[in-house]
Amino acid sequence: MQRKAVALISGGLDSLLAVRVMQDQGVYVEGINFFTGFCVEGHTHAIRKKDQKKLKRNNALWCAEQLGIKLHIIDIVEEYKDIVFNPKYGYGANLNPCLDCKIFMVKKAREWMESHDFDFIITGEVVGQRPKSQRKDTLPVVQKDSGIDDRLLRPLCAKNLPETLPEREGWVSREKLYDFSGRSRKPQMALAKQFGFEDYAQPAGGCCFLTDAQYSVKLQDLWKARGDKQYEMDDIMLLKVGRHIRPVPEYKLIISREEGEGKFLQGYRKQYPSLKTTSHPGPLCLIDGDFAEEQIEQAARIVARYSQGKNDPEVELEFRRTDGETRSIKVQPLPPHELKKEWVV
Amino acid sequence: MSRARLDCRRLLCPMPVIRVQDKVAKLQPGDELEVVCTDPGTMQDIPAWCRINGHLLLNQQVRDDEYIFHLRVQGDPH
Repeated sequence: MQRKAVALISGGLDSLLAVRVMQDQGVYVEGINFFTGFCVEGHTHAIRKKDQKKLKRNNALWCAEQLGIKLHIIDIVEEYKDIVFNPKYGYGANLNPCLDCKIFMVKKAREWMESHDFDFIITGEVVGQRPKSQRKDTLPVVQKDSGIDDRLLRPLCAKNLPETLPEREGWVSREKLYDFSGRSRKPQMALAKQFGFEDYAQPAGGCCFLTDAQYSVKLQDLWKARGDKQYEMDDIMLLKVGRHIRPVPEYKLIISREEGEGKFLQGYRKQYPSLKTTSHPGPLCLIDGDFAEEQIEQAARIVARYSQGKNDPEVELEFRRTDGETRSIKVQPLPPHELKKEWVV
Repeated sequence: MSRARLDCRRLLCPMPVIRVQDKVAKLQPGDELEVVCTDPGTMQDIPAWCRINGHLLLNQQVRDDEYIFHLRVQGDPH
């Protein structure tokens, strides 16, 4: 009887190899890829005009195609918020709730496994590879807290870990599994070569915006300004775009840095009031938060500072409300020395 | 056979693929789906998704910065 495993596919090399090792042992594999909203892949490239020619692909799909397996991409944006707000095991680098994230994903994969009548889960984890979620003492925590226990097999480092159910039952041969450990990527690269894999993704520091220091600062700023740890999908998308300037706690400006970002922000003009220079080429700016009428001029002066009229005595802008009502404003662009460093998020 | 249309404009990877996946799960073999996207990554991803899941991509085109896909559901969509 052919056994069935569901694999967590990140799109990186490790999960690609883990699946291939299982396929070599005759196991039928399907993949799951979870979308948290914080995945790095391609978003900034898709938005910025200067990056339009770069190759964009979803690496999880690419891996699945290389492996000849089905891939189920699952949207967990809403459920994942609890993990970001209150990680039981705290944050790793920046705002990355890495251990809680892994537990959550394995738990979701277990639910999928049970409802689709699969036998076990595989991941590309390697003991010692990540400082928090892939340590020898935290790998068992993932198994216990996710409820998967010994139905979780990590083919790349299984020989360093206690025997799992698929090994004990003879569904897979322990002898043909691997004993990788530590942060070196050389064993994986050698195995990739052996399998004939080229052109695989090599994300630095994982594939999550929450590991990014600058992004984490912006998210914390958003939470602080709103007075609670909430976010919507649009918030986390907008944190990836433009310069963010908060001249007062009540509102911030999201100012496009180039044409592609301007075009992207345009799509939000029914949700956020906006400013756009009209007398000179310049950025589009969304205003996020509450602001008084008299603060619009200050916002306009900041936006004008990033237009081609920044050295002119006057720049004209269009202020647009979310209902489409517009009015014109003429301002003197803010001189560079008046733009306070602490405003820049 | 039915024809459906899916608007994935402004959605970024992998949301267009998720929307296509969820929509196709509700369709029957032989049904056709037109998908309109603005993320250039969909030019790679939607054809790849169709190949992986055995659905037929009838054509794909770029029109005014929009990426339009026309696909036919094959076999068991689940």
